[in-house]
Amino acid sequence: MDKIQLGEFIKSIDQDLEIKEGKQYLEVIVPALKLYSLAKQLRDKKEAQFDYLFCLSGVDYGQDLGVVYHLRSTIYDHVIVLKTRTADRENPKFDSVSDIWKTADFHEREAFDLLGIRFANHPDLRRLFLDSSWGFPLRKDYVDDINIVTK
Amino acid sequence: MEEKVKDITSDEQQEYVINMGPQHPSTHGVLRLVVSLKGEIVKNIEPHIGYIHRGIEKMCESITYPQIIHLTDRMDYLSAHINNEAVCLNVEKALEMDIPDRIKVIRTIMSELTRIQSHQLWWASFGMDLGGLTCFFYGLRDREKILDIFEETCGGRMLVSYNCPGGVMYDIHPNFQKRVKEFIKYFRKILPEYDQLLSGNVIFHERSKGIGKLSLEDAISYGVTGPSGRASGFSCDVRKHEPYSAYDRIIFKEILHTEGDTFSRYITRIDEMWESMNIIEQLIDNIPEGPYSVKMKPVIKLPEGEYYQRVETARGELGVYIISDGNKNPYRVKFRSPNFVNLSVFNHITKGFKIADLVAIGGSLDLVIPDIDR
Repeated sequence: MDKIQLGEFIKSIDQDLEIKEGKQYLEVIVPALKLYSLAKQLRDKKEAQFDYLFCLSGVDYGQDLGVVYHLRSTIYDHVIVLKTRTADRENPKFDSVSDIWKTADFHEREAFDLLGIRFANHPDLRRLFLDSSWGFPLRKDYVDDINIVTK
Repeated sequence: MEEKVKDITSDEQQEYVINMGPQHPSTHGVLRLVVSLKGEIVKNIEPHIGYIHRGIEKMCESITYPQIIHLTDRMDYLSAHINNEAVCLNVEKALEMDIPDRIKVIRTIMSELTRIQSHQLWWASFGMDLGGLTCFFYGLRDREKILDIFEETCGGRMLVSYNCPGGVMYDIHPNFQKRVKEFIKYFRKILPEYDQLLSGNVIFHERSKGIGKLSLEDAISYGVTGPSGRASGFSCDVRKHEPYSAYDRIIFKEILHTEGDTFSRYITRIDEMWESMNIIEQLIDNIPEGPYSVKMKPVIKLPEGEYYQRVETARGELGVYIISDGNKNPYRVKFRSPNFVNLSVFNHITKGFKIADLVAIGGSLDLVIPDIDR
């Protein structure tokens, strides 16, 4: 499917979703609560078959924290980007997609480690690179005491 | 005395936990694996990473785009040139630049040379992991020839930093074409020797066939790319699916095998070396004339937006995701590194095999640790 067909397909799943035509890929803005069910449908529906999650990135947008999912179908070769965000910086939480795409397991642990984003129902959400005494370095309000990184 | 001797064979539930790494020679870097064993059978592997986490993504947020290129060298140091290319292509795409053909062809040839030397080092160390020390000398001997070619043109041997936004740093050395052709001629004669040494070896077959099977569904679900994924039949070659540089104008085939075991991961890489030589041969005599670099503004600022570029490194799909807010520094950079994702499948495919197979499977995944930790 090309971008327009994909946009119509997303509309047929849920009317309320906001769709943005990105420079490269089609982007869908998903509320955190609808994320899991949309992800599952995108993988399972015959027309879409997004079976390959090739990138999962946690992003600090300043006010909000968000997660970006890059999905691709190995059968149809089309790509879609899901974006979700939350304003809760104290306890940001999304549903884990690690049972839909197993690769999300490590990616989500990385996002938790570096941005402090929690994923509900993740099988093993521990810190990956850093130990627990560190803050969350990729957050924009992170204060670097040792000044390894200066801005 | 008699009472103190405990019969361990009677205890069905007992698991023995050993620590492999972080300084173990067959983990190829500072990777620590906590391995649960029952007798000789591996029950669980838990990778502990982050020993050389340098925070490259964080560092990128405070430096300029041309500076980022030099950090990407230090991720997957065996695919240094291809990592550089990923950032450059992304910056050029964001600026909507037209890149002259000469640059594209030079980059493609360099990428394929990088792929060959990476596979040579992998072959050398994989052979050594399985007890064949001769492989190590053969592999490194031939790799030296490519590094010499790099040195002549780029100045660097391993971390070349040859790409820059808008082209390459310097024009190719006058000897470049001659030496590459000499190398191809030499390596076409030498590569069958690799097969004689290892590919046809009965002991090697026993240790690799049927070991560490990865099915196609799992390869896709775990996102295992590169030769490891293609050995399971997962068609994931970015050079075919989203051609960049000069890959759209040459004829080459994507190497696919279906068995998904250690041996087919091995044979996929050997086949890829042949295919890379085919690619170089198609291009080396047809390097177009033209500038080797497009003049860029002294300060590169990307327009506001998000850019994603995928390239095929020697180990799989590298993604560079840049979010720009219009400044000279990126707002956020994410590297989707192939090794990080390939590591996640390690536990899944090693369960139930013997501890000696763990080394073979780990070698066949071809992990480079700095790329995992970033």
